[in-house]
Amino acid sequence: MAAPPISRDRTGGTTGRRSLREVFSGKRAQSRVGTVVTHLVLIGLGMAFFLPFYWLVSTSVKPNEELFLLPPKWIPSRFVWENYPRAWEYLPFATYFKNTLYICFFNVVATIVSCTLTAYGFSRIRWPGREFLFMVLIATIMIPSQVTLIPTFLIFKWLGWLGTFRPLTWPAFTGAAFYIFLLRQFYMTIPLELSEAAKMDGASELRVFVRVMLPLTRPAMATVALFTFLANWQDFLGPLIYLSREDQYTISLGLRGFLNRFGANWELLMAGTTITVVPIVILFFFTQRTFIQGITLTGIKG
Amino acid sequence: MVRMRPSVRRDLRNGLLFISPWLVGLLIFTIYPIIASVYFSFTEYSVLRPPRWVGLENYITLFTTDTLFPTALYNTLYYAAIALPLGIIGSVLLALLLNRKVGGMSFYRTVFYLPNVVPTVAMSVLWIWLLNPNYGLFNSILKGIGLPGVPWLTSPDWSKPSLILMSLWGIGGSMVIYLAGLQDIPEHLYEAADLDGASAWRKTLNVTLPMLTPTIFFNLVMSLIGVFSYFTQAFIMTNGGPLDSTLFYMLYLYRNAFIYFKMGYASAMAWILFVIVVSLTLVVFRSSGRWVYYGGSSN
Repeated sequence: MAAPPISRDRTGGTTGRRSLREVFSGKRAQSRVGTVVTHLVLIGLGMAFFLPFYWLVSTSVKPNEELFLLPPKWIPSRFVWENYPRAWEYLPFATYFKNTLYICFFNVVATIVSCTLTAYGFSRIRWPGREFLFMVLIATIMIPSQVTLIPTFLIFKWLGWLGTFRPLTWPAFTGAAFYIFLLRQFYMTIPLELSEAAKMDGASELRVFVRVMLPLTRPAMATVALFTFLANWQDFLGPLIYLSREDQYTISLGLRGFLNRFGANWELLMAGTTITVVPIVILFFFTQRTFIQGITLTGIKG
Repeated sequence: MVRMRPSVRRDLRNGLLFISPWLVGLLIFTIYPIIASVYFSFTEYSVLRPPRWVGLENYITLFTTDTLFPTALYNTLYYAAIALPLGIIGSVLLALLLNRKVGGMSFYRTVFYLPNVVPTVAMSVLWIWLLNPNYGLFNSILKGIGLPGVPWLTSPDWSKPSLILMSLWGIGGSMVIYLAGLQDIPEHLYEAADLDGASAWRKTLNVTLPMLTPTIFFNLVMSLIGVFSYFTQAFIMTNGGPLDSTLFYMLYLYRNAFIYFKMGYASAMAWILFVIVVSLTLVVFRSSGRWVYYGGSSN
C-alpha cells in the first residue's frame, strides 16, 4: 500500500486534474451538472440510510394508538415523552449501563496495558525467536473464535467463574493479537535512536517504555481504546454465555429481555432502543477523527 | 542451550517479559483450547459427565443423519454468497460517489457510517419493527406507492433476503476503508490518463478499480471469517425460524453447545467450520493473482 507522498496532497489534486482542454471545451459546465447530480444521488441515498433512525426516534415518542396506522403518521400528533421514563421504569437500565460500563472500562485499561507491553517487546527489543513468535501472533488473528469458544467456556466453568464478570474482563490482560499488531506497526516507525539515547543514560527498558514510547504513541492507543470500548459495548454472545443473573445483564442482554417481554409495545421498545443507541452515537460524534483514522488503519494496513 | 553473550541474554529476558501477557494468553486461550477442541470433537461430552471417546461418530452423524446441519450450512453459504458480493459492490460504489470531490464528503461519510455504531442487538430490535409485515416502515412505503407488502421475516422465502437487506445498511463501514484506499491512489496516474484523453468512465475502469483491488481483497478475506460467525441478528430477530430458514451455522453450533450441552458435537461443528473458512480463504488467495493488482510498488 505504499503510495508516493505526492498522493497525500489532496488540496492541489483537484485543480491538477482539470486540464486546459477541459476548461476550453465547456467541460467545466458539464462537470458542474455532474456535481449537482452527484449531490442529488448522495442526498437521496443519505436519506434512505437515515430513515431507520428517524423511524426509531419518531416511534419512540408516538402515542400507542398512532403506531398502527396506514399510511403511517410521519410526525406524531403529540409527542409522548413519557415513553422514555416508562421504558426506564420497565427495565433497570441504570444497572445495565453500570454493568456494561464496568466491562468496557476494565477491558479498555487491561487491553491497553497488555497490548502496549507486548507490542513493545515485539518491536523495540531484539531477541532470538522474536520473528517466529510474531508469525504465531499473526496466525492467531486468522483463527475463527468458534474453534476456541467451547474449551474456553469450559476453562471458566472449571474455575467457577460462570455467572461472574470475570470471563468477560480478565482475558483482556492477555492482550488482543490484532491490536498488538497495530501498535507494533506504530512502534516500528519511531526512530530507535530515541530509546537508545535514553538507555545510554542508564534508563531501564521499562522506563523507556513508559517515558519515551507511551507518550509518543497516544493516537494509536486512543484507537485501540475506542475500538475495545465499542466491541465490548456491542458484544452479545459473551454476556449471553457467561452471565446468568438479571442484575448482571449488560445493555444488549437487557434489551433482548425487553423484546421478549414487551414485544408489542413498540413505542416503549423504541424508547428503550434509543436509550441504548444514544450514548454510543454521542461518543462517535466526539471521537470521529480517531474513529475514521482507526477504521482506515485497521482496514488497510491490517 | 547455546551460550549467549550477556547482552543478548538480557534482551531475550526483557523481550519475553514484555510479551509475557500475550504468551500466557496464547497458552491458555489459544493453544490449549485448540488441542482440547480437537479432542472433544471425538467425544461425547455433556459437561455433567467426563468426555467419552466415540471416534468419528460426531462427524459421521453431522454428514449423514443430522438434517439440520446441511440446512445450517446451506443457509450460511446462501447468506455469504449474496451478502458479501452485494456488500462489496455497494460500498465500492458509495465510496466512488463520495470520492468525486464534490464537497461535503465528511458529512456524507458520517451519515453512511452511522449505522455501524448501532449495537447489534439494538439494530436487530429496530429492524424487527421496520420489517413488521403490517405496520413496519418498509411495507408502509411499498403500500403507499401501490405495491403489495412483503412478508419479510415471517416467510421462509423472504427471511434470508430480509437479513441481507439489513446487512446492506452497514456498508458504510467498508465504504470508509475503500474511501481511504481511493485517496491513496497517486494523482499522477490520473494526470497521465488525462493526457491520453481518457474519459471519467475509462479512468474509473482502468485506474481506480485496479488500484482498489488490494483493499477489496483484504476486505473480502476479513469478511469471510465474519460471515461464518453470523449469529446475533438471527438469534434475536428470528431465532432460526420460520421453518429453520435462518438457522445459520453459528446459531446451530450455539444451540448444540449451550442449549443441548452436546459439547463434543459442537466442537466437531467448529472444526468443520474452520476447514471451510480456511479452504475458502485459500481459494480467494489462489484467485487473487488473476484479479488483484499490486501496482509494482515496493510492498
